[in-house]
Amino acid sequence: MAHHTIPTRVYYTIFFTLMVLTGLTVWVAFQDLGAWNDVVALSIATLKATLVILYFMHVRYSSKLTHAFIVAGFLFLVILLAITMSDYLTRDTLIAPKAWDLM
Amino acid sequence: MSTSVFKPGERQLSDPGSGPTENYLNAGFSAKSWLLTVDHKRIAILYLISLTFFFLIGGLFALLIRLELLTPAGDLMQSETYNKMFTMHGIIMVFFFLIPAVPAVFGNFLIPLMIGAKDLAFPRLNLLSWYLYIGGGLLAILAIAFGGVDTGWTFYTPYSSTYSNSNVILAALGAFIAGFSSILTGLNFIVTIHKMRAPGMTWFRLPLMVWGHYATSIIQILGTPVVAITIVLVALERLFSIGIFNPKLGGDPILFQHLFWFYSHPAVYIMILPSMGVMSEVITCFSRKKIFGYDFIAFSSLAIAVLGFLVWGHHMYTSGQSIYTSMVFSILTFLVAIPSAIKVFNWTATLYKGSVSYSAPMLYAIGFLGLFTIGGLTGVFLATLAVDVHVHDTYFVVAHFHYIMVGGAIMGYMAALHFWWPKMTGRLYPEGWARFSALVIFVGFHLTFFPQFIVGYMGMPRRYHVYPEEFQILNVFSTAGATILGIGYLIPLVYFLWSLKYGPRSSANPWNAKGLEWEQAGSPPETFNFRDTPVVMEGAYEYEPKIWLK
Ligand code: HEM
Ligand SMILES: [Cu+2]
Repeated sequence: MAHHTIPTRVYYTIFFTLMVLTGLTVWVAFQDLGAWNDVVALSIATLKATLVILYFMHVRYSSKLTHAFIVAGFLFLVILLAITMSDYLTRDTLIAPKAWDLM
Repeated sequence: MSTSVFKPGERQLSDPGSGPTENYLNAGFSAKSWLLTVDHKRIAILYLISLTFFFLIGGLFALLIRLELLTPAGDLMQSETYNKMFTMHGIIMVFFFLIPAVPAVFGNFLIPLMIGAKDLAFPRLNLLSWYLYIGGGLLAILAIAFGGVDTGWTFYTPYSSTYSNSNVILAALGAFIAGFSSILTGLNFIVTIHKMRAPGMTWFRLPLMVWGHYATSIIQILGTPVVAITIVLVALERLFSIGIFNPKLGGDPILFQHLFWFYSHPAVYIMILPSMGVMSEVITCFSRKKIFGYDFIAFSSLAIAVLGFLVWGHHMYTSGQSIYTSMVFSILTFLVAIPSAIKVFNWTATLYKGSVSYSAPMLYAIGFLGLFTIGGLTGVFLATLAVDVHVHDTYFVVAHFHYIMVGGAIMGYMAALHFWWPKMTGRLYPEGWARFSALVIFVGFHLTFFPQFIVGYMGMPRRYHVYPEEFQILNVFSTAGATILGIGYLIPLVYFLWSLKYGPRSSANPWNAKGLEWEQAGSPPETFNFRDTPVVMEGAYEYEPKIWLK
């Protein structure tokens, strides 16, 4: 919990991992993966953010209540993205036929 | 610190007329003792003063809008000027008055008192919130001084991000900074409510005002960051032409609306939930009855907080959003009316067979009940996809949200101001004048906004400074009403200021109300609120009608 002391080794490891992932992001940016470009870039970014939150922000060692609030934050992000995407993915559905198409 | 067992109605602290004892107001008189205070009660007073200032500025713009609309022709100002008037009215009223209003003043003052704590969990952060609010507010004032903004309070792109040549960045930055004030207040409340309740103050003994603020805080910390980032994106597009929202640069304007309303619909609940909390306190006190359906009211606040995040697309039915998504949003919006209705029914049921008395706070509360109901029900009309296509962007929408924001949120604010004024200042306000002005506000309000439902339904669009002749009579009503409403708000300003010096001294519990702030703290409370940490032995609202009668 709050008084948990974390060995500096952990911080260095995380820092090193973050640096490697940053390098990876740069490298990937120069590869053409087609539709996967965004997916890969965002996945790496998410992984990095997770590491920062868990270790540098000490969430891994915090109470269940803190976990609940962090999870709620992500849940709301999912709601934002999911419903917004539901608009973009269905722009072509349920559109009444144009009058000139019927003529 | 020792503890004392809390027995209802047992103690009357400072007697009326016994002169000032040591309290938070006379704990220091220097400017520094106010501007660097970390006392939640003093910070609440700082907010009260600054909010009143912004309310007056926002009101001034409203006055100019109504004057222009007195006649069909655009004879008072240019269309460009008019655009700035309604924009600045909206920005000031939404971001610098309504969103902070009840939480920053009454939440700040009362949450620690209501849960039996000495202060909020993070007193310095609380002071920082106020400075952020003032910083944001000053930027907004600067934007006005440099010639104003004309985008509407909604900052729709690509107009705001590319074409408008008004002070968009300044005003948006002001809203951005005020947003952080809002986030920090929410954070402070959540931690305080979780961690600082007095012994015996279980979750289900909390006054419903506290539940209301808890739900509000959740929205503040989850929603506000989204609008903050959105504002940054607008600024990036405006300053560096990075294509995000402008189709010419490869962006999508509807994306802005998604991001903006993802926050701003929940934000309307930031404005109303705290006032709903006030309702539960006032209605019970002046019916001398336990609240009807405590659990339902408590959980409906949380339901509103969560469901409120699922309905933002009802502002976008005509935007080019997919029809399928509009249908889903329409259904979800109907759902959010349920928890709102639960509250209205429960307050009404609380009145049933209560011994109801009509002091000024109660008059405002009853006003809230009726006006919020009209506002909420017309919201359901608007949620109906086919109806909204016709009335979207007409005065019908303007009337809808003013019934809720002015008729609901501000009525709640006024109820709270009257109810807790003796607690906050140690003085009683003149009851006769207060009832009179409540009546003036009620009449003025209806005269202002009811005609707008009709004129909107007849097809008058919002945000234009000229309109066809046949709409004039309804607009004259509306302007006349606004004048009465304005006077209705000025009367309390006068008698509250008067009462600070001449009002009779209040006892600790002038309403004979339930709650730690009334029964265990003085009026005004001392700096650390309670002499001994209270121990709570009963639920909220254990009113007995007999006490009132004797
Ligand atoms: C009881 C449930 C409610 C429902 C079903 C509802 C529904 C709606 C709908 C569908 C619209 C969009 C109308 C349009 O632009 O065509 C709307 C607009 C609006 N509502 Fe509500 N509403 C509700 C409660 C509230 C509350 C509690 C508030 C404020 C405290 C509020 C404030 C607003 C505002 C500010 C707008 C207009 C925003 C703008 O375009 O400038 N509503 N409402
Ligand atoms: Cu909405």
